[in-house]
Amino acid sequence: MDIRVQEAPFDFGAEAQAFSDAQAGAGAIVTFTGLVRDLPGTPLEVMEIEHYPGMTEKALAKIAEDAQARWELSGCLIIHRYGKMRPGDQIMMVATGSKHRKDAFEAAEFLMDYLKSRAPFWKREVTSDNTSWVASKAEDEDALTRWDPNQ
Amino acid sequence: MALDVLYFAWLREHVGVPRERVETDAATAGDLVKELLAKGEGYETAFADLTSLRVAIDQELVEFDAPLAGAREVAFFPPMTGG
Repeated sequence: MDIRVQEAPFDFGAEAQAFSDAQAGAGAIVTFTGLVRDLPGTPLEVMEIEHYPGMTEKALAKIAEDAQARWELSGCLIIHRYGKMRPGDQIMMVATGSKHRKDAFEAAEFLMDYLKSRAPFWKREVTSDNTSWVASKAEDEDALTRWDPNQ
Repeated sequence: MALDVLYFAWLREHVGVPRERVETDAATAGDLVKELLAKGEGYETAFADLTSLRVAIDQELVEFDAPLAGAREVAFFPPMTGG
């Protein structure tokens, strides 16, 4: 399990390769990368991500531990950035390794669903005429019921 | 007891500070909110709708009726938007 919270960009290709090389006995690697999306209308200048140092690392570790308890994984990586980013920049990535692809795919989706609404990050969008905090979506909360009907 | 109270995102902007030391006898996180409301208009705006807020005690997400006994750090923030 490898959890990193950082301001600096990461090299997605190098991270994916290093992760793959470290998965002894795995037959499948799934990676997901989230990018800063531009806005319709007034172009996005900057996306700022604030986080809660200390809690962020704990929350991500808990999510990764839950995934490892639920699926048979050879490894699990989460990298999430904070600070200022521009459209097209990579915000975060997850990678999962497993003997079989089903576990790797499901675990990667689980990590994404939980870190969207259970890890303490907040996005703010800055355009030439406005600055606004990104509102959470009901569908992100609803996504958790797929994994835990009691959510 | 003395607590470190932290605010994030638009909550921090309304309150005006990212963290402060608060002396309180509040039994729960919700009781602490009631005390904070007396500190001024920014707090009233920040805490106007608790259903749109989240709270963490010692960096663990909890409900507003969670007890504060033994807590060192309480954080208030809007729903998270990671990923």
